[in-house]
Amino acid sequence: MGSTIIEKIVGNNVGKNVKPGDIVTVNVDRVMIHDIFIPFVASKFEEMGFQKLWDADKAVLIYDHLVPASQIDDTRHFKVGNAFVEKYGMKNIHRSDGICHQLMTEAGYVKPGNIVFGTDSHTTTYGCVGAFSSGIGYTEMASILGTGTLWIRVPETIKVNISGKLPGNVMAKDIILKLIGDLGADGATYKALEFTGDTVENMSVASRMSMSNMAIEAGAKCALFTPDEKTAEYCGIELTDKEKDLVGDADAEYCQVINYKAEDFVPVMACPSNVDNVKPVSELEGTEIDQVFIGSCTNGRLEDLMAAAEILKGKKVASFVKLIVTPASRKIYREAVENGTMAVLAEAGAIITHPSCGLCCGRTGGILTDGERVVATNNRNFLGRMGTSKVEIYLASPKSAAACAVSGKIVMP
Amino acid sequence: MGKIFKFHQDVDTDQIIASQYIIYPTIDEMKVHAFESLDAAFASQVQEGDYVVASENFGCGSSREQAPAVLKALGVKAVVAKSFARIFYRNAINIGLPVIVCKDLYENVNAGDEMELSMKEGVVRTGGREFQCTKLPEYMQGILDQGGLIAALNK
Repeated sequence: MGSTIIEKIVGNNVGKNVKPGDIVTVNVDRVMIHDIFIPFVASKFEEMGFQKLWDADKAVLIYDHLVPASQIDDTRHFKVGNAFVEKYGMKNIHRSDGICHQLMTEAGYVKPGNIVFGTDSHTTTYGCVGAFSSGIGYTEMASILGTGTLWIRVPETIKVNISGKLPGNVMAKDIILKLIGDLGADGATYKALEFTGDTVENMSVASRMSMSNMAIEAGAKCALFTPDEKTAEYCGIELTDKEKDLVGDADAEYCQVINYKAEDFVPVMACPSNVDNVKPVSELEGTEIDQVFIGSCTNGRLEDLMAAAEILKGKKVASFVKLIVTPASRKIYREAVENGTMAVLAEAGAIITHPSCGLCCGRTGGILTDGERVVATNNRNFLGRMGTSKVEIYLASPKSAAACAVSGKIVMP
Repeated sequence: MGKIFKFHQDVDTDQIIASQYIIYPTIDEMKVHAFESLDAAFASQVQEGDYVVASENFGCGSSREQAPAVLKALGVKAVVAKSFARIFYRNAINIGLPVIVCKDLYENVNAGDEMELSMKEGVVRTGGREFQCTKLPEYMQGILDQGGLIAALNK
């Protein structure tokens, strides 16, 4: 019998065939820790009695949630992080280059077939290049830093096949929101998602990233795309035969297969306050809004900013709306300046911030208050995520978000 | 016996402990804000040995280990839910907070009821009735029995 992508990745790692339900100990290829959790990781690491990192090259520390510091307490995290880097000889540290999930692939830390863990639930993102990546807590991270290993249960796989040409106003974000709505917030819990079909084959790596990023919102352990020529170019590598083989076999066993026709997709939004509360934008039209946020590890990439700029070109953001744009990385920021995207956004009235998590983690950059409503391109609309628990968050694609910013209410892109 | 605090489905980690509190230096400083947006009185009312009972997908959302940690620090003896989100489930076991799946308990108890859980038997007893739970895989029960991952690693 054939294998799914996750079964191949784990099997290659442990050197034997595996099947769903097997509990195996894997050798970890890379780990990511971000600024919120580094103090906890550091103290657990020492509590466990480790004297050194299992492999200093394989650990990456990224400051993004708290950059630049907006409260005095935040600075403690940088102090602890810097001291940890110094003490244990870590080389891979980013203090202001952008959001962790963007940097892990952009800076080349993750390659197809890798097994990667991070102290963040959206670590599923790296499935965009065919890596098995998932979020863990700080105690397990400390344990990996000392041992280089983690036990995992091999997950069942849900195959999502998408075929055809997407309508012009639909983005990858609309696809993943629709899937989360269909599966429910726990529809893929403990499972792997595997995306196939000509629609995803024709997608950029950036678009695939938006989808793998949000897999956790259906509870998934990981979300995988087969590495192809686009992946190779993005990662700056030539694919090996083993990497090319990271495709779900025709006779592999799936616990569920979902088929979509690309032509059937429409712009959608996740309505307050659950990510699986997904409705077509056409049913929400006319809802008044106070703010729009375009950014995050879900949708802060160059193609996202360019899609927004295309809609905003020559127009103005509604006078009572604040449009906040936060590029996902310094590299994206620079590219968007160089190709004129930033000029279009600024001319339309956008507030452009430094690359970071920004408003998505609700600590800085445009928090809201009771009764206010925001259309946002990030991945979560939970109660209290962007200010008080009486803020309403609608999750949308960059195209939808940009159209709403101009109208001051929810409209079709 | 412990008292039941009951929560609905899809309780996310932001609701268990909100983002603005997870950068406090210690779990003790955070714990008074547990479940703040859902039940502001929870942290002051919960007693050592009480239980959290929830519907599906408890602990969905972020990877923050502070979520099970604040519950443990407040004295919650175990969380019994119809299902758990993956990261919360792992984190809880790693820090030594018992979590167990019980499909039938949620619909049959009210907040404030008294119950007792035996992890070993995988049984909840309340109001003269017994409810079967799904026992933990041996590997995970082993970590829990040793008091969590740190204790297990230090052995």
